[in-house]
Amino acid sequence: MSKQTSQTAAAPYAGQLLPDASGHFGPYGGRFVAETLMAPLEELRLAYERFRGDAAFLQELDDDLRQYVGRPSPLYHAARWSARLGGAQVWLKREDLNHTGAHKINNTIGQALLARRMGKTRIIAETGAGQHGVATATVAARLGLECVVYMGAVDIERQAANVFRMKLLGATVVPVTSGSKTLKDALNEAMRDWVTNIDNTFYIIGTVAGPHPYPAMVRDFQAIIGREAREQILRQAGRLPDALVACVGGGSNAIGLFYPFLNDDGVVLYGVEAAGAGLESGQHAAPLCAGRPGVLHGNRTYLMEDDDGQIIETHSISAGLDYPGVGPEHAWLKDSGRANYVAITDDEALQAFHDLTRIEGIIPALESSHALAYVTKLAPRLDRDKIVIVNLSGRGDKDIHTVATREGIRL
Amino acid sequence: MSRIGQCFAQLRAQGRKALIPYVTAGDPQPDVTVPLLHAMVAAGADIVELGVPFSDPMADGPVIQRASERALAHHVSLRDVLGMVREFRRRDDVTPVVLMGYLNPVEMMGYEEFAQAAQAAGVDGVLTVDLPPEEAAGLVDALRSRQLDPIFLIAPTSTLERIERICANASGFVYYVSLKGVTGAATLDVASVAARLAQIREVTSLPVGVGFGIRDAESAARVAAIADAVVVGSALVKTVEAGAGRPQEIAGHLRLQLGEMRAAMDNAVADAVTHRLRGN
Repeated sequence: MSKQTSQTAAAPYAGQLLPDASGHFGPYGGRFVAETLMAPLEELRLAYERFRGDAAFLQELDDDLRQYVGRPSPLYHAARWSARLGGAQVWLKREDLNHTGAHKINNTIGQALLARRMGKTRIIAETGAGQHGVATATVAARLGLECVVYMGAVDIERQAANVFRMKLLGATVVPVTSGSKTLKDALNEAMRDWVTNIDNTFYIIGTVAGPHPYPAMVRDFQAIIGREAREQILRQAGRLPDALVACVGGGSNAIGLFYPFLNDDGVVLYGVEAAGAGLESGQHAAPLCAGRPGVLHGNRTYLMEDDDGQIIETHSISAGLDYPGVGPEHAWLKDSGRANYVAITDDEALQAFHDLTRIEGIIPALESSHALAYVTKLAPRLDRDKIVIVNLSGRGDKDIHTVATREGIRL
Repeated sequence: MSRIGQCFAQLRAQGRKALIPYVTAGDPQPDVTVPLLHAMVAAGADIVELGVPFSDPMADGPVIQRASERALAHHVSLRDVLGMVREFRRRDDVTPVVLMGYLNPVEMMGYEEFAQAAQAAGVDGVLTVDLPPEEAAGLVDALRSRQLDPIFLIAPTSTLERIERICANASGFVYYVSLKGVTGAATLDVASVAARLAQIREVTSLPVGVGFGIRDAESAARVAAIADAVVVGSALVKTVEAGAGRPQEIAGHLRLQLGEMRAAMDNAVADAVTHRLRGN
């Protein structure tokens, strides 16, 4: 098909519905939580099963995505950047143009509407960089729901602007001081809150991880990205793309883009993890590329762990990718060969951040910059008539302080 | 019969209830754990529960989280914990030992290897907090094939159908979580716990222990009046934490604290018997 060898295996999804009834994607996923949470998870699954097929719910979701989020997001042909790269034509799925500046709100809108229909009056969430926290605080404000966001104390210091945004939106931001004081610990703390307040509380998980039904539910809410992109590329370019590229922390923007293309055998999928200072350095956040399967946060998946099964700290310039696990569906897509997982270092991501800003006038999030950096390697290897779609999952305004600090500039 | 089964049979014959204290292995430092286990037995513990430190103890409150962190600062691994049990067994071949922890360290070791090593070390039961029966078949088989008791939690939110499923997988005893929350959380409501225990006993003849929220002799006594076993964790771990600066003194403090609980439990059970005998 191209200079690039096709790595597409037979689509694992053809004819089968994943996850299975108990939430498994092959050996991954499932429900690994303390007994107290089993009943609320089942309540959530049943509610979600009911409303996902409910016309009124879907209509309300669709209206909100159009009127409040601003969907559909454009699919933009980055012609100048493509010409610079000298290979495939690169198209950007502009999730950065959504309300709150990232794909996260696709999911928080869906879960918040579900929470309201389940009669829950209190919303909790975990956040790393603060993007999911802001997206949750936003929808909670709009629906008039109480909102508590757990955030690692280290992240609170790194992301002061997002903390202030959440507070402006009326959320309570609770600093988490246990463990490594980052995203994984915030998730632990949100789970502890949920188990204590299950009667009135809905836990909005921000990515395609956690116990069943979260990985499937969050995927379904994010799949709007891929459904739109598929329709848009058929209309705008007249054919399906040759490859999709998206960054993977927990993996929600990547699954959102990939899912509607899973049965399109000719479309090669690339998930891009954070290599931090380099995979060989050990200072990274790339469980699919350099980790091992294990159980954390309610599901079996690839993890960053030591030989004793303890979870180890991750490193990435991008707070949104700084997570030791990954959604179980990605683990399955990796093992089945349907998707390919690669990793990009901090330095490579920064270079792509600057390139896109200068060449296309779009400041990308550092998370998305990992996907863009992989495109700078992939596109030149492909012919000019090939099409690559990249998920530009968020805008980079939130990252300008990080970039400036890294480059020794004081703002 | 397993050590746990024998222990409960004996207690039943004596008309007593089991006191099951919990400490985290390696907290505040590895060399104190085995002496603490012996001290707890001397103070009246019938079964000892030993926590396996984990980096992400999702079901635990701040007290036991910090205990895990202190132990992990000394890199206490699952293998180290098994080593502590082996050492404990040199002097105590009677008191059952239950390991309580999270699944990932066991996954990393492998179910078969873990079950074999745990049996060889002298472990009697294994409670894996984040492993509900739906996901437990592999580990339960491995444990059973080594005569180890899989211990499971039952929660206030568990449906009758779930309780049946849990009891079908469990042996030794089942552990009723007295409240919605994490370990060391608020106080427990004894009346509602009693109602749930009655439900559980319709499903199983296994002894039922109650834990989460038992903080002193008084609450231990009230639970002893209705349950087969009283599990005390955070209240003891607080004592360990307070003594971290002088670890050689912790055993003495724990012995005192547990001794009070033991006496209050035995009195409460004796009172209940007297009460019944008087025909009330």
